[in-house]
Amino acid sequence: MANIPQRIIHEWLRHDKKFPHVWCAGCSNGIVLGSIIRALAGMNIDRDDIVMVSGIGCSSRMPVYVDFNTLHTLHGRSIAYATGIKMHKPHLKVIVVTGDGDCTAIGGNHMIHAARRNIDLTVILINNSIYGMTGGQASPTTPHEAIATTAPYGNIEPDFNVCDLAMGAGASFVARTTAFHTVEVQNIVREAIDHPGFALIEVISACPVIYGRLNKKGGPPQMLKDMRDNSVPLSAAEKLPPEKLEGKIIRGVLRKEIKPEFCASYADLVKRVQEMGGEK
Amino acid sequence: MQKKTKTTKTAPKPTKPTAEKPDSKLGELQTTRERKTVLMQGNEAVAYGALDAGCDFFAGYPITPSTEIAEILALELPKRGGVFVQMEDEIASICAITGASLAGAKSLTATSGPGFSLMQEGIGFARITETPCVVVNVQRVGPSTGMPTSCAQGEIQQSRWGSHGDSPAIVLYPDSVKECYELTIRAVNLAEKYRTCVILLLDEVLGHMREAVSLPDMANVRVISRIKPTVPPHWYKHYDKNQKYLSPLASYGEGYRFHVTGLTHDQLGFPTNKVTEAAEMMDRLRKKITYNIRDLVQIESYQMEDAKIAIFAAGIVARAAKAAVAMARLEGIPVGLLRPLTIWPFPDEAVRKMLRDVDIVVVPELNQGQLVREIQRLVKDRSDSKLIKIQRVNGQLISPQDILSTMKEGM
Repeated sequence: MANIPQRIIHEWLRHDKKFPHVWCAGCSNGIVLGSIIRALAGMNIDRDDIVMVSGIGCSSRMPVYVDFNTLHTLHGRSIAYATGIKMHKPHLKVIVVTGDGDCTAIGGNHMIHAARRNIDLTVILINNSIYGMTGGQASPTTPHEAIATTAPYGNIEPDFNVCDLAMGAGASFVARTTAFHTVEVQNIVREAIDHPGFALIEVISACPVIYGRLNKKGGPPQMLKDMRDNSVPLSAAEKLPPEKLEGKIIRGVLRKEIKPEFCASYADLVKRVQEMGGEK
Repeated sequence: MQKKTKTTKTAPKPTKPTAEKPDSKLGELQTTRERKTVLMQGNEAVAYGALDAGCDFFAGYPITPSTEIAEILALELPKRGGVFVQMEDEIASICAITGASLAGAKSLTATSGPGFSLMQEGIGFARITETPCVVVNVQRVGPSTGMPTSCAQGEIQQSRWGSHGDSPAIVLYPDSVKECYELTIRAVNLAEKYRTCVILLLDEVLGHMREAVSLPDMANVRVISRIKPTVPPHWYKHYDKNQKYLSPLASYGEGYRFHVTGLTHDQLGFPTNKVTEAAEMMDRLRKKITYNIRDLVQIESYQMEDAKIAIFAAGIVARAAKAAVAMARLEGIPVGLLRPLTIWPFPDEAVRKMLRDVDIVVVPELNQGQLVREIQRLVKDRSDSKLIKIQRVNGQLISPQDILSTMKEGM
């Protein structure tokens, strides 16, 4: 992957139309976008066949910048829109870019049901632990006791483990990585797109301007370094005792299994019904 | 007897009542050969109308009293290679049909009061993004859970104003099982033509009532599909302002790679905060309805030629009103009925004419005064005309006798 020239990113962006972007300096969203494009550029997919769908939030502003078929929807509903697109044209590669609030709070229901159906969507959940666009309110992934503008005395709620949630709901591909590990993001995105079923990738990201400032996490470089220092690859984590994994981010593909995919099952059903001439 | 219609200054394009004869009110369905006559429920008629209109995508969630529509389409769509998907809620349903439509499907969902409330944000999204789709709302008694198996007309105003922001609406309202079929086809056609979310309002009684219906031969069903762009991709504008508000529509996967957003956008579809572009977008949404009002508005005018009293009613109430007209005529009272098949955009011009021609207007409706608000808005033209309101929301229908007796009391 290293031999993909830098220009490639430039070519996949709507750079003449929609830049500068809305993201703050130090935000991880651009890093993740770079990894997504590098992953796709190495995959030999016609970009006319890629649809990028998002909801509302900082990460959800991503589709406007990329030169695919793009859809910027309602808060929390990106997976529902993506389901409609994928069901009508199953040959399209549908990528959902979403955030922690978008996907696990307001859109939690759609996420778990898409996971249960095992519909072939690639959901890239950029988890910055806060509602950034609205100015720093607590989200379902804001850590316990962390400060947010709606949790000024510290967050008393426990946080979601997004990957466990997706696995519990039946997702057939679940992975976690961080914005620091750009090549890993790239490789996992590629693996997830190739995976025939519902794939959810949680990318731990940094919001230095809001989350970082409220919680005194240092600047953008420090927050990225923390991702490096506080994360453990799955292969290493399996060998460590549980007490050593306390507070660590476990990275890697946590689940990958082949199960009946929803669009394929539907196509089978149509075939079966048509062969029977519509008789039950 | 009849006063001559004058065009008022405020109405640049007067709406002509489309027809006096009920049979020709639907230009789309002047059938000569009948496919077959069947006993059918309103909900069934909606489902078959959707199929005949070319709907190939349905996403929905079970809710009384609309569920039969989903059940029939679950059975029928796979046979035709279409998609039926039961979503996790009504919000997901409106989103899925909008997404499918952007990918090129003719899509539809069906719901009832509580589900219709949940769909409002998604309806606004379909309107601002000008994405064709149809929402069927089989109305039941509200608010909230209300009386799920009883009839009301509580969403007349919600269907127009339910979603936040200004988003002009097209809402159709049938009064018979046959018309459920016809107006479903028309709803799909108008959605495709005007690139918007069209709403079909049914009364609970109509959804569940069975009537003999003669389905037209498919050759006589006029089906309209969206105009596809013919320009090369780099010339394509998703909301082309030079196209008389009805611009061609590309689908995902066809090489056009357009952007769609619920944010206020320019004609390419990219978000904008420029006041000129924002004004242009809002104008476009409004004008594509107001400039085409003659194509959109359909009304039925029944025995209005010499009427001194007019009943203005929609849906199942209009059926009772029609009987009331016949009863009153036997007693020598000159009553007529004006029935909107399109309730939004509201048939202002036809109502203005009615108000000029008659002395008394009777507005029976199964709500606390939603249709009558519009009559009151237009009644300013003639302050001496008398308005008799009949309103009921207890799950019971308004009978012809109710209308007749209230009318006589008020005369």
